[in-house]
Amino acid sequence: MTNTLHRFGDAASFYDDYVIFAIPSRGKNEKGSIPKLKKFLEMALPFKPVNLGDAIHGGALRPSRNMHPTAHWKRDMEPDFRAVIEGVDTPTTVAAVFDNRVAAEDFLTTVRQADLGLCINVSTSIDGAEQCCHAAGIPRHSVGYSLGFQGKTEKLPNSQVLTLTTMCGHGMISTSLAKKMIDWVKEGRRTPEQAVTYMARFCSCGVYNPSRAKRILEDARTKIK
Amino acid sequence: MRINPDKCVACGNCTYVCPMGAIYIDPAIKRATVDRNECVECYACFNGLSQEHLNPTLVRTLRKLFQMVRLRFDPEPDVCPTAAFDPEDLQWPRVVRRAFSDPRVPHESTGVQGRGTEEVKTNDVTGRVKEGEVGFTIEFGRPGVGVWFHEIQKMTWALAKAGVAFEKKNPITSLMTDVATGTLRDDIQGEKILSAIVEIKVPVERTEEIIRLVREVEQQVDTVIALGVGARCDASGEENVVGPILEHLGYKLERAKTNAGLGRITNPVEESQPEPAQATR
Repeated sequence: MTNTLHRFGDAASFYDDYVIFAIPSRGKNEKGSIPKLKKFLEMALPFKPVNLGDAIHGGALRPSRNMHPTAHWKRDMEPDFRAVIEGVDTPTTVAAVFDNRVAAEDFLTTVRQADLGLCINVSTSIDGAEQCCHAAGIPRHSVGYSLGFQGKTEKLPNSQVLTLTTMCGHGMISTSLAKKMIDWVKEGRRTPEQAVTYMARFCSCGVYNPSRAKRILEDARTKIK
Repeated sequence: MRINPDKCVACGNCTYVCPMGAIYIDPAIKRATVDRNECVECYACFNGLSQEHLNPTLVRTLRKLFQMVRLRFDPEPDVCPTAAFDPEDLQWPRVVRRAFSDPRVPHESTGVQGRGTEEVKTNDVTGRVKEGEVGFTIEFGRPGVGVWFHEIQKMTWALAKAGVAFEKKNPITSLMTDVATGTLRDDIQGEKILSAIVEIKVPVERTEEIIRLVREVEQQVDTVIALGVGARCDASGEENVVGPILEHLGYKLERAKTNAGLGRITNPVEESQPEPAQATR
C-alpha cells in the first residue's frame, strides 16, 4: 500500500501514526480471504483504532449519498467501525490505524497468533515498525523504504498542508481543502475535530489518521509553516 | 466528470475538493464547470462530497437574498447541496484517466485497486524481491500534481535503455507497446492522471546507478516523483544492505512499510505457481 508509504514527516512525527494492513495476493492467498479480512478488522477493535477501512468501500467516516437538510445541525461525526467490517465483500486491502505504539504492538501480536495467512504490513517510522515486529516476536520479511518526494517539488504546498494531504496517499484529499480547513480552524469557524472529519470522508480506503490530523490542525492554528 | 448546469447552484464547495483544481465557477454561466483537460476522472468530487437533493431554484434564490444583504452563510464544506455531479460513460482512451486516478477502480491488468501494484507488501507469498535484489517503485504525480503519460515515458525510456526489467504485473507495464524500449501506447500519451507507479527490479549492486539515473531524468519530467525502495530482510529480520546504500546517497530514512512475513500461499496449488523469473541485469 504505497498510499501509506509516502506520508510527509520525519520519523519522530510518526509517533502517533501506525497503519497495519492485511492484503491478499491475487493468485496466492485471495481465495477464501473475505472472512479472514473481516476477522482482521474485528480483532483490531479492542485496541481502539482511530480508523478502519477497506480499499473499495472506504473508511469509518463516509460521505452520505442522500443527506437530509437537517443533518447540518446534527451531523454524525463518529466513526462507524461496524459498517467497515460488515461491508467487506471482496478480497481487497483492509487497514487498521492506531495512534500509539502499544496498541499497534498488541494488535500485531494478536494477528500473528490468529495465523490468518494474509500478508500483513506495518506502515510507520522504520524504528516504529521494527519495534512492533520485535514485540510481536516476528522477524521482518521485507522493507519498502520511502525516499520522499523529489523532482518538481516546487509544485508542492507547505509542510502542514502536505502532512494533511499525504495521509490519503491516493491523493483524494486536495491541497485546497486542507488549506481551507487550516484557515477555518484558525478563524474559529470549525473545530479541529470537525475539520478532520470533513477531510477523512474523502479518503477512499480508510487509512486517514484523524488523531494525527487533529494534532496537525491544532499546531497549524498558531504556527505558520 | 460533468456538472449538471441545471442543478448546480455555484456554492463553490466542489472547487476546493478537486485534487487537480480542475473545477471553477464559470462567470459567464455562473455554474461550476470542469476543465476537462485537467480533470483526471478521480471521482473525488462525486465520491467524497455528501449529496443533498435540494431544489436548485430554491437554493439559488436563497443565495441571492443572502448576497444582497451581504449576509455570510456557513454551509458544510463537504456537501453538494443539489447532487449536481453527472459521471460520464468514459470511453477509451479517456477511461484510462479513471483507472489511474480513482483508487476504487481495480486495474484490469492486475486486479488490484489503488495504484494497482503489490510491491513488497505481498513479497512473503510472491517472492518478487529476493535477497540480493532491490525493487523500485517510482511514483509520478502524487501528491496533488498529476502527470501526463508522455512525461512518464521519459522515465520508462531511460530505464529501458539502462536495461532494467519492468514488473510484469504493473498497470504501466501493461500499457507499453514495447517493453524493451519502455514505449507507452500512442493513444494515451495525451491523457493526464492523478498518479502512476513504474516498478522495476535490479540486482542490489545497481541501486546507486538507478537512483542517480532517476535523479537525472526527473529534472526533465514536469511533476513530482515519490521514490520507494523495497528490499528483502535476512533470516533474523535485519536489512543491512540496501538501507546503508540509500543513506550513503544522502537519504534520511524516516518511514517504511514493513512486511511482517505472516502471509502463506493458501490458494489451490494450480493457481499459485510462481511467476517465471524476469531477466535482470
